[in-house]
Amino acid sequence: MRSKSLLVLVFLGFLACGGAADAKNITVKGSDTMVLLAQRWAEKYMEKHSDASIQVTGGGSGTGIAALLNGTTDIATSSRPIKAAEMKTAREGGINTFETKVAMDALSVVVHKDNPVNELTMNQVKAIYTGAINSWKDLGGPPKAIVRYSRESNSGTYVFFKEHVLGNQDYAPDCQNMPGTAAVATAVAKDPAAIGFGGVAYFLSQPDVKILKIKKERDSPAITPVAADGKSLNFEVVYSGEYPIARDLFCYTTGKPAGQVGAFLSWIVGPEGQAIADELGYIPLAKGQAAVK
Amino acid sequence: MKIDVPGKVEGARIGVVAPLGMAAPRASARPAPAASGADLRLRGGRRLRERAIELFLLANGSAAVLIIGLIFVFLFKEGLAAFRDIQPIQFIGGQENTPTYDPELDTFTETRQFALVWQPVSDSPKYSLLPLLNGSLLVALPATLISTVIGLLVGIYLAELARARVRELAKPAIELLAGIPTVIIGFIMLTVVASLVQSITHSHFRLNAFVGALGVSLVIIPVVASLTEDALRAVPEPLRLASYGLGATRWQTVSRVVVPAAVSGITAAGILGFGRALGETMIVLMATGNAALITGNILSSVRTMTATIAAELGAVARGSEQYHALFFVGATLFTITFMFNLTAEVIVARMRRRLRM
Repeated sequence: MRSKSLLVLVFLGFLACGGAADAKNITVKGSDTMVLLAQRWAEKYMEKHSDASIQVTGGGSGTGIAALLNGTTDIATSSRPIKAAEMKTAREGGINTFETKVAMDALSVVVHKDNPVNELTMNQVKAIYTGAINSWKDLGGPPKAIVRYSRESNSGTYVFFKEHVLGNQDYAPDCQNMPGTAAVATAVAKDPAAIGFGGVAYFLSQPDVKILKIKKERDSPAITPVAADGKSLNFEVVYSGEYPIARDLFCYTTGKPAGQVGAFLSWIVGPEGQAIADELGYIPLAKGQAAVK
Repeated sequence: MKIDVPGKVEGARIGVVAPLGMAAPRASARPAPAASGADLRLRGGRRLRERAIELFLLANGSAAVLIIGLIFVFLFKEGLAAFRDIQPIQFIGGQENTPTYDPELDTFTETRQFALVWQPVSDSPKYSLLPLLNGSLLVALPATLISTVIGLLVGIYLAELARARVRELAKPAIELLAGIPTVIIGFIMLTVVASLVQSITHSHFRLNAFVGALGVSLVIIPVVASLTEDALRAVPEPLRLASYGLGATRWQTVSRVVVPAAVSGITAAGILGFGRALGETMIVLMATGNAALITGNILSSVRTMTATIAAELGAVARGSEQYHALFFVGATLFTITFMFNLTAEVIVARMRRRLRM
């Protein structure tokens, strides 16, 4: 009698396991820039789909892609395109990575609110971060040494800024590497001689931080990514490329996303997911922009 | 309570240096002959059980040694693999393009020069260990200095001056300090202490080696204080009594008799503290700004070996060039701390021999 009920229990146990495998647990890992966004997407999606269970963690774009290639995450969020070296590792491991563009992000260059400098050319930003300019005096500010804040090298923001602003030059060795954009915002807010960079979303709400206007060339107009009201973003200058430091945000999967993962990603690029991106200070995909390549 | 038989004192002393590793086997070997004498009177079953327990303990002890051995092998296997892709000279320095900006024309010119930089994410990655070594030392040395001075004073107070009631309260309180999660200490350093230090020193870097050293010394003060106290208590009571008998005051006795007699234990405490300071990760990751600079300025931002491994290893692909380079950093760190512990062991052994004469 007892052994029979035990058998039934074991059988039920197997059933339960089968059921759990069906309602798949999706793991999302990667970009610290996107962690807020991905968490909100996961929350809203789970509200709508009670059978879905999604876990979101950060760690950096490089960390996310490394996890995807090691098979420890279903979706890797990344604020930079996958690198050739990572593609090579993927091919060697027999993995076919698939890229989905999910939103855009504008990077802003920020200084302390008391700094008189309001605008910089792209080359001036490059000169500051490669160590060619070392004093605010050379930029029309006070004779103070510039304190440079950057991100850790595992961050997509670090890599994007290096490629698109520094022309792939190395950062000056005295750049302080902060563990997140929020840490950069705090550091710049506390230091009158500081300069920092990161996703605009993180700086909009910081009272002691000033978002600089950027000029593409010396004679180009100075463009700010912030809208006239000071609280939201100006999408048009990003879509048109007038504001030069903007980037695409991606989700990487192994193979074309299908099943639960596929449903989640198509919801993200759909109107509901994009509205959330807008709400959080990211830039939704432009209308008519091919979302899935 | 304070008068010890000489044998007991010897035991306590070995206890002080036991964490260094080499003294422990000697201590455990000693009671063996006494136990074998008692064996004869034991019944067979009991003897078997004792043997079983002995074997079990031996297995545990050897497991620890085996694990250390395996860590050693793994670390060096992964670390030395770095030499497949990286020239040995690259761990010292490499060629770097240094740009110069012309503000009139808004253009750049580049010069190439030999530079000692750690810049692993680059078109031509640079893996100089010197800035990291510089960073680790610039945090660990001041931290050891601060905590040895404070730890010594606390240890003297606890061992020689404090009344029993005070000691019973103070000792656990100090040890509690060692139990604070390092991430909490790092957070306090990052938010509060860094601003305080900058407002006093007007330093260029808000987060710097000194702020890191302050945080790290908080963690090692309890270690140094507790080991110093043990070392002072191990000094035989007759030495103190003889000093008082010659008319010395309490302070003279402590400063000229007891502390010099315990100097081997105090040195061991300092060196252990230094090893711990070199290995500390979370506090330095949060409080030093992590800029890989070569500098002697304690108010400069630095990047330690531990912070580099912690910040970068999570993001590198397994088996890549940078992965092996980071393991090489780890192997270097391990070798350094190992050498220091070994040196400490030799110094302590030599001093103990001299004291005994």
